[in-house]
Amino acid sequence: MSQARLSPGVVPGRLTADALAANFRDVAPPLDRHEAQVAADRCYFCHDAPCVTACPTSIDIPLFIRQIATGTPDAAARTILEANIFGGMCARVCPTENLCEGACVREIAEGKPVQIGALQRYATDGLMAKGVHPFARSTPTGRRVAVVGAGPAGLACAHRLAMKGHDVVIFEAREKPGGLNEYGIASYKAVDDFAQAEVAWLLKIGGIEIRHGQRLGQDITLDGLRAEYDAVFLGMGLGGVNALRAEGEDRQHVLDAVSFIRDLRQSRDLTTLPVGRDVVVIGGGMTAVDAAVQARLLGAENVTIVYRRGQDRMSASRHEQDHATASGVRIICNAAPVALHGNGAVAEIEFAYTEDGPAGLVLTDQRFRLKADQVFRAIGQRLEGTPEGLALEGGKIAVEGPGRTSIPGVWAGGDCALGGDDLTVTAVAQGRDAAEDIDARLSGRAGDSA
Amino acid sequence: MADLRSTFIGIKSPNPFWLASAPPTDKEYNVRRAYEAGWGGVVWKTLGSEGPPVVNVNGPRYGVIHGADRRVLGINNIELITDRPLEVNLREIKSVKRDYPDRALVISLMVPCDEESWRDILHRIEDTEADGVELNFGCPHGMAERGMGSAVGQVPEYIEMVTRWVKKHSRMPCIVKLTPNITDVRKPAEAARRGGADAVSLINTINSITSVDLDLFAPQPTIDGKGSHGGYCGPAVKPIALNMVAEIARNPATAGLPISGIGGVTTWRDAAEFMALGAGNVQVCTAAMTYGFKVVQEMISGLSDYLDGHDMTLPDLIGRAVPNVCDWQDLNLNYVTKAVIDQDACIGCGRCYAACEDTSHQAIAMKPGRVFEVIEEECVACNLCVDVCPVENCITMRELEIGEIDKRTGIPRGTYANWTTHPNNPMARAAE
Ligand SMILES: Cc1cc2nc3c(=O)[nH]c(=O)nc-3n(C[C@H](O)[C@H](O)[C@H](O)COP(=O)(O)OP(=O)(O)OC[C@H]3O[C@@H](n4cnc5c(N)ncnc54)[C@H](O)[C@@H]3O)c2cc1C
Ligand SMILES: Cc1cc2nc3c(=O)[nH]c(=O)nc-3n(C[C@H](O)[C@H](O)[C@H](O)COP(=O)(O)O)c2cc1C
Ligand code: SF4
Ligand code: SF4
Ligand code: SF4
Repeated sequence: MSQARLSPGVVPGRLTADALAANFRDVAPPLDRHEAQVAADRCYFCHDAPCVTACPTSIDIPLFIRQIATGTPDAAARTILEANIFGGMCARVCPTENLCEGACVREIAEGKPVQIGALQRYATDGLMAKGVHPFARSTPTGRRVAVVGAGPAGLACAHRLAMKGHDVVIFEAREKPGGLNEYGIASYKAVDDFAQAEVAWLLKIGGIEIRHGQRLGQDITLDGLRAEYDAVFLGMGLGGVNALRAEGEDRQHVLDAVSFIRDLRQSRDLTTLPVGRDVVVIGGGMTAVDAAVQARLLGAENVTIVYRRGQDRMSASRHEQDHATASGVRIICNAAPVALHGNGAVAEIEFAYTEDGPAGLVLTDQRFRLKADQVFRAIGQRLEGTPEGLALEGGKIAVEGPGRTSIPGVWAGGDCALGGDDLTVTAVAQGRDAAEDIDARLSGRAGDSA
Repeated sequence: MADLRSTFIGIKSPNPFWLASAPPTDKEYNVRRAYEAGWGGVVWKTLGSEGPPVVNVNGPRYGVIHGADRRVLGINNIELITDRPLEVNLREIKSVKRDYPDRALVISLMVPCDEESWRDILHRIEDTEADGVELNFGCPHGMAERGMGSAVGQVPEYIEMVTRWVKKHSRMPCIVKLTPNITDVRKPAEAARRGGADAVSLINTINSITSVDLDLFAPQPTIDGKGSHGGYCGPAVKPIALNMVAEIARNPATAGLPISGIGGVTTWRDAAEFMALGAGNVQVCTAAMTYGFKVVQEMISGLSDYLDGHDMTLPDLIGRAVPNVCDWQDLNLNYVTKAVIDQDACIGCGRCYAACEDTSHQAIAMKPGRVFEVIEEECVACNLCVDVCPVENCITMRELEIGEIDKRTGIPRGTYANWTTHPNNPMARAAE
């Protein structure tokens, strides 16, 4: 065992390169042909299938599974991608137990749903491996649309618009496309640079130009885009991170979970990535789980998630929570941080137990401390730097119907807009639906006005 | 444990499960292992005449139909009779029979359609101590082109003639194996009885092409780019075989003629069904070819439990359903049932709805929350929903009481009345 493994403080190289490679391999390896065939045979081809209703992008699940079962997986992939151009990523990251698989009648019947996500991956991986892009553009319309943000929402919108023959320019602040697919999703969910491969494959449709290093509010303005383009779609996600508002938050080694995950995702050599020995993650969502699990996989000895409400209120799915505990992460509920102690760097974090009463969440006098040389905040992201004049609601861009904002000619979707569930798949659905609405508007088919 | 000992046309076996004449019974090695596994008897793979044996193809000889999870539903074959020398087979038969005197061993035969050939082969097998012979008039491919197998089985006069020869030149019990590749199975069975057969066995395989290679554009199994029709067997043919067995069992001209039931027997239940329709025993091929000899153990325990559970003996079972096989015109048109969905068992798949709505009588309502309910006013009791529901016994058929109003017709359920007296029947006899 290497010495670094038990070193105190935030240090790199707790595990060997081999151990890290093993820890960060595909968490759910793809089905092979035989496994896919067996899994596909379990689908009942339900009428008005409940799994389809539960899918935010309404993929025709019984149809694509039947296409796999009958030996035409490429046709299955087309069925999936027609509804959801990020079918490949969604197959890897969707919390299926809360979505399609949770609604599957075989979940009701046997507690074992049809493996919809895994089958979706089987079909889409097969088609993408062939380098085939199954869609072609319609006759060019000469119309131009600006999209802000190259995350799932922006790219889904852009792809659908390009398909309809419009020309799309995407303005992206970062140097790589993909949004949180590239910078946020846990690495073991999308191995082998899948996020970039998928975007490259998506762009094969043509008619989409991505301009990197273009930040709305800094390099470009909404008014500028409105003047130059026939329509604008905003898909910039949530750039800001909520603060703990606990004493001592500014100590060293207290950082945002999303930054830690971003660094991890972008690291080319995980042996150089520092991680603490005693890591505490504050939050109860997917981000908290991902940060905690990945800290463990990097070699942290003790990792604890502390969530301020009851476990049933955690927004991370049951499956995610189980994944965390199976990875050796401890989950403490009903406790909120009140102070971070330490001399320069954080050393300990103090919590108060909470009670969820009629008056909301209250801190009790019961306190406890956890050893912590690294603390991750994962208590939610928030919208940052929205352009002037856009109506907001609940901290997000207010939208009506398929993503129409308060400003005519401007649509929004994904995490930045109201209505989604902060999931990749809902972002894709909103981007796609906004594109359909924009297309209807541009081709003069729209009924009511925005 | 029920007593499963069986006596079929005087041939005794510890249970009524025999292996049919086919690859499982092609040689001593197999038959010994089959007996060890528990099979009550075997019909040895069909022997031909003295001389150079037939040759089989050297490419694939089977095709298949799969159900979900690649479950074998039907197999098709283009194999011929045994391709091993006659002397070898005879020596092996003798040796096996000597070591397993309590098991049935019947020899299947197929030789050219002349009296001399049959006399010769019967003499050759005489000292094997085998219990009987089965005449293979069923093989639908290859041998039929040479005037044997189903080429004989399709002409009742030939069946009668050959059976007569066999009875004349041998004292062994004689089973005539029938081909299903005919229009009316009663005719060959009647011919066999006229010729003096002790029993008939059926069915042999059904002419079939299982699949087509869509790259080679040739039937499968494909031999160097070509395919020939083969013989279909396995679970898929059971319904056809059951009907043919029942037709012979209830035909006055063949009533009482012992029947050995063959065709898709895979479980104890299949066997029990054949026997209820008049088969004195059953023969099995595909189930053994799919799962190995061990399947007989489930057949033995299952049939035994069933008989014990129903307080029946094996002879009580044989033919017990025959009196209930009737013509359509004798069915009670006043028997009214309605589909009932057990809401607790329902998993909400909607297959019953799709089936009834699209292809039946629009008698299932889909309500909010994926609740499926039968509309009795529309239900004709066709049973389609029951058949397509993935959950066993989730949908059942409730029989209306006599006098209870059928909500579809508004007419109270009456007592027995069939088509022969129905007012819509132009040929109706006066209802009296
Ligand atoms: C750590 C983490 C793990 C997650 N895991 C899962 C998961 O397993 N499954 C799941 O379904 N969801 C998961 N999510 C949620 C999911 O990633 C998001 O819901 C989804 O990516 C939202 O897509 P989007 O296109 O709206 O936003 P983003 O993916 O955030 O993309 C926004 C894009 O806009 C760019 N941008 C931002 N501001 C500007 C600006 N001013 N000008 C120009 N460009 C800008 C950004 O650089 C980014 O490329 C996770 C989120 C996080 C943070
Ligand atoms: C309930 C039912 C009723 C049928 N009625 C008729 C009929 O009236 N006339 C006819 O020519 N075939 C009839 N058929 C046979 C079908 O047309 C078809 O030949 C047969 O079902 C085989 O095809 P399949 O098994 O591939 O569906 C019927 C089939 C079914 C299942
Ligand atoms: S609910 Fe399950 S069984 Fe039904 S169609 Fe969807 S995946 Fe298939
Ligand atoms: S029995 Fe036939 S008619 Fe009645 S509900 Fe079922 S499918 Fe419909
Ligand atoms: S087919 Fe059976 S399980 Fe499916 S909805 Fe109908 S009754 Fe329910």
